[in-house]
Amino acid sequence: MTAPRRDFLVGAIAWMLLVIPPMRQALGSTMTLQMLVQIPLLAAAGWLIAQAIPARLDARIARWNRSGISGIVLASFAGMVWMLPRALDAALDDPHVAWAKFLSMPLLVGVPIAMSWPRAGFVVRGVLLIELIATAFRLGWLYLISPVRLCSNYLLDDQQQLGRYLLAIGVVAVAVLTWKLMWGRGNPDRV
Amino acid sequence: MTALRTLLVSLLLAAAGIAVLAGATDGFQAFTTETARRIDIREQPRTVPPITLQTAAGTDTSFANLRGRWLLVDFIYTRCTTYCTVQGGEFAKLQHDLAVPIATGKLQLLSVSFDPAHDAPPQLADYQRRFGDRGAGWLAVRPTNTADLATLMRVFGVVAVPDGLDGFVHNAAIAVVDPDGRLVAILDWDDPQGAARYVMKELAP
Repeated sequence: MTAPRRDFLVGAIAWMLLVIPPMRQALGSTMTLQMLVQIPLLAAAGWLIAQAIPARLDARIARWNRSGISGIVLASFAGMVWMLPRALDAALDDPHVAWAKFLSMPLLVGVPIAMSWPRAGFVVRGVLLIELIATAFRLGWLYLISPVRLCSNYLLDDQQQLGRYLLAIGVVAVAVLTWKLMWGRGNPDRV
Repeated sequence: MTALRTLLVSLLLAAAGIAVLAGATDGFQAFTTETARRIDIREQPRTVPPITLQTAAGTDTSFANLRGRWLLVDFIYTRCTTYCTVQGGEFAKLQHDLAVPIATGKLQLLSVSFDPAHDAPPQLADYQRRFGDRGAGWLAVRPTNTADLATLMRVFGVVAVPDGLDGFVHNAAIAVVDPDGRLVAILDWDDPQGAARYVMKELAP
């Protein structure tokens, strides 16, 4: 089996597994699992599925997606919706919103990122990564200090735990990025 | 050409994205479910269905019977040992502060249990006694079946989450129902003075 085909199968199976009710309930049970496991895995499933997009179609779309900017704009807005505490709540309470999440995270975040990231240059990648890291710090800090529950379905200590994880992810991402910039491939000083 | 096309698509996507975000937050006002519930109720009051309620005295009443006066409603469960204990004290205090509108039949305080399996009339009576019920104008009640409970929680937008310690965490608040039986406002649970002011303003000639 070719690599794109294998990726597609893995992505499609992962997507189906994430949608089946027991898995949905398990990953929806805490705010941390929903935000840090379920939603990223849905996007990753979309990324894998996109590997099977035929080269010709990919090239045609690329004419509208210079440096991957269109795709990154789409993924950013779709991702932002699922960072609203209200959307996380509604995804548990309202089946329509739940479906919107299970469809939009792979198709409107994972797929466009997969089609755009390889085309994105240093600056576009940098802007996206810095914005993601800043978001992790902003949300992490908000969740950690907020005295009120932002999601009606989740407990306050769950929210604070998520806040700590987000801050930790931000710190690790900064460390990895710094390391890559200083010593990684593509560093102009590294000869 | 590719750059122009990309600019065009990106601008369209950004415009659509902003529109979706605006829709998802009621025009960038409500980022949490709780704020959304308050805005929605303030802007579109909901009629409370005439659900039957069993009182601490063991008798039945209903939201239909309670029409014709203002209601201040909170949702409780009597086993609660955290902030609900403050809710009970607050209602007893409101009962004292708002004695005049209560005595003239213009106002009624109502504590509704969302744990009816446990909160039978004796538990409800004990709850009121514990917080110094003054005997008039404050009813502690429970819905009589689970379907009614679900309806009430949906209409009032109450969400109770098991806290893992045999209790619940819920979005406590003071709900205001007008004499026509319409839920018109959700106020902060820790600001009974605010609720008292709201009612006095509505009752002022």
